[in-house]
Amino acid sequence: MLEIKNLHATVGGKEILKGINLTVNAGEVHAIMGPNGSGKSTLSYVISGKDGYEVTEGQILYNGIDLTEMEPEIRAAEGVFLAFQYPVEIPGVPNVTFLKEAVNAVRRHRGEEELDAMQFVKMIKAKTEELGIAKDMLKRAVNVGFSGGEKKRNEILQMAVLNPKLAVLDETDSGLDIDALKIVSDGVNQLRSDERAILVITHYQRLLDHIVPDFVHVLAHGKIQRSGGKELALELEEKGYAQYGIAAE
Amino acid sequence: MSGKAQTIEKVREFTDEKYKYGFVTDIETESAPKGLSEDIVRFISAKKNEPEWLLESRLKAYRHWLTMPEPEWQKPNFPPINYQDSYYYSAPKSVGDGPQSLDEVDPEILKTYEKLGIPLFEQERLSGIPIAVDAVFDSVSVATTFKAKLEESGVIFCPISEAIQRCPELVKKYMGSVVPYTDNKHACLNSAVFTDGSFVYIPKGVKCPMELSTYFRINAENTGQFERTLIIAEEGSYVSYLEGCTAPMRDENQLHAAIVELITMDDAEIKYSTVQNWYPGDAEGKGGIYNFVTKRGLCKGKNSKISWTQVETGSAITWKYPSCILQGDNSVGEFYSIAITNNHQQADTGTKMIHLGKNTTSRIISKGISAGKSDQMYRGLVRMGPKAVGARNYTQCDSLLVGDQCGAHTVPYIETKNKSAVVEHEATTSKINEEQLFYLRQRGIPTEAAIALVVNGFCREVLQQLPMEFAVEAQKLVGISLEGSVG
Repeated sequence: MLEIKNLHATVGGKEILKGINLTVNAGEVHAIMGPNGSGKSTLSYVISGKDGYEVTEGQILYNGIDLTEMEPEIRAAEGVFLAFQYPVEIPGVPNVTFLKEAVNAVRRHRGEEELDAMQFVKMIKAKTEELGIAKDMLKRAVNVGFSGGEKKRNEILQMAVLNPKLAVLDETDSGLDIDALKIVSDGVNQLRSDERAILVITHYQRLLDHIVPDFVHVLAHGKIQRSGGKELALELEEKGYAQYGIAAE
Repeated sequence: MSGKAQTIEKVREFTDEKYKYGFVTDIETESAPKGLSEDIVRFISAKKNEPEWLLESRLKAYRHWLTMPEPEWQKPNFPPINYQDSYYYSAPKSVGDGPQSLDEVDPEILKTYEKLGIPLFEQERLSGIPIAVDAVFDSVSVATTFKAKLEESGVIFCPISEAIQRCPELVKKYMGSVVPYTDNKHACLNSAVFTDGSFVYIPKGVKCPMELSTYFRINAENTGQFERTLIIAEEGSYVSYLEGCTAPMRDENQLHAAIVELITMDDAEIKYSTVQNWYPGDAEGKGGIYNFVTKRGLCKGKNSKISWTQVETGSAITWKYPSCILQGDNSVGEFYSIAITNNHQQADTGTKMIHLGKNTTSRIISKGISAGKSDQMYRGLVRMGPKAVGARNYTQCDSLLVGDQCGAHTVPYIETKNKSAVVEHEATTSKINEEQLFYLRQRGIPTEAAIALVVNGFCREVLQQLPMEFAVEAQKLVGISLEGSVG
């Protein structure tokens, strides 16, 4: 599903990614671990197409199509989803309005009939119940006044509603206490499926106790230094990133 | 071509088509000779069969106008207006002398309003609340709907030219009582050459059974529109009134200088909403309407209330300050405003809240959105008079910048002549947030729709003040007005 080949990317003229190779198949969950400044978030922004993150070499193939020149909204409509490390507040826009706009934009792109208000409400109601999300979260302005846990849960709700093929979770555990972490992880686990690839980006191993990956990759100095199974995460937890030339924090 | 450049290109193609009201109705018109003189004033007055007192009042205004210098304190820049290069009266020939029934209205005009989405037939709306419409086409009112039904409850809703014939005593008593002809240069010109507009009278204790609206359309070339609206709400009455405005796309600037006067007696309330979408000029700033309007309400009675809501998206230049004079004790003035400027549009708008009576309160919520190369000014006066004991004002003024070539300015004037008055002013200026846009786009929402969503959120507090059907229109208009603002 996702095939990253020799990916180089710069931010503000500075090279951050220096030749990443990564293949993620449908049904797999991959974890990318790395210290601060290793290029983890840059990778998630490059995949999703944020302005200012420039690919200078290499390819990001998604179902065989190169994403690198595609507008972010097209990537999203094609099924690429990024759960943000810091979900953005949008004052005055009810969550439900935003979700409807997003769902219908994606449906339009796919040549599907837009959902009317009734159909949408029915769908959103089912999704919030599945994920155990309080209904009042739909009426509130997008992420405004949300606690850290609520913001992350809102990301998972959006993911459930948009039903992506490739989901990138950027530091989903940051800012969560242990209870919130469990709720959010349960949400992600519910969304694991044979048709979906998930890329979990994290600094700490603890998230991977809850979302158990099939593969773990260590990212440092803009390159994947090592790949392995889930046991690699445990090793990292024990030994730290020092072996990759990064001083302990 | 990069993805971004492509988007910009696409947007540009689209922008020139975006003003969908820019068409011209091909119709025979009768105009006054070009230019402005006492003869023209007399011509207009004669066309309307006006009584002598009104002609005299027009001439007095005209003579005073000649002595008034052009104002120079405003922020917008524009070349001097050549008043002799305009027509001051233009009417579809078919309209004849008096008001007509709907069946007699020229089919071309009916078609025009149909195209504009304004129903000139008496149909129940989906919401169940009918809206009565007065349609003003250039210098004359061409149709007014639901007149008979309204009159059952004693409400008078008619063109002001008709009101002058039907209830001259009311017009004589109140016209010019809130905005005197000496007020400012453009109001003075209006007092001399006003042509049509709406008149509303709500009798004591009556809650107007439907929304009233006037739809202003400028069609003829080189023609100024000088409308005059007068709304009187007697004791304990209530009315909600809406106005909408559009004009064809033309290369020259056209002057629109209106006067709106509102008067509320004890316990009465007027809610006045405007969606102004005059032609804004093209992307290079050529053409467009000069919207120089004087709107003022007098809360004459105690416990009365006047609420202005405006969505200003059109016009090359918008220059207006819908205001409230809070004379009655405990009276309330409100001003809710959204002003959106794009391309080369300029706006200098705000309000004046003049507190005269005891315990009067006012609330100002202004949302300005500047995009493209446009420039915007919020200018507001809050004055607490010596007898306005316990008066309060709250002002909130937020500006949002889209892109880096536009401007937003806030100039509040606060004058307090008594110690018990409380005035609060809050202001913010921010740029549209790239993080917000990326977040929305990452969810599949295209850039322009994302901007529209963020801006609608920014304006929400004001949009909520609009009657339901207008709010939906206005939300769409917010999106349309900002098209081409990216890049």
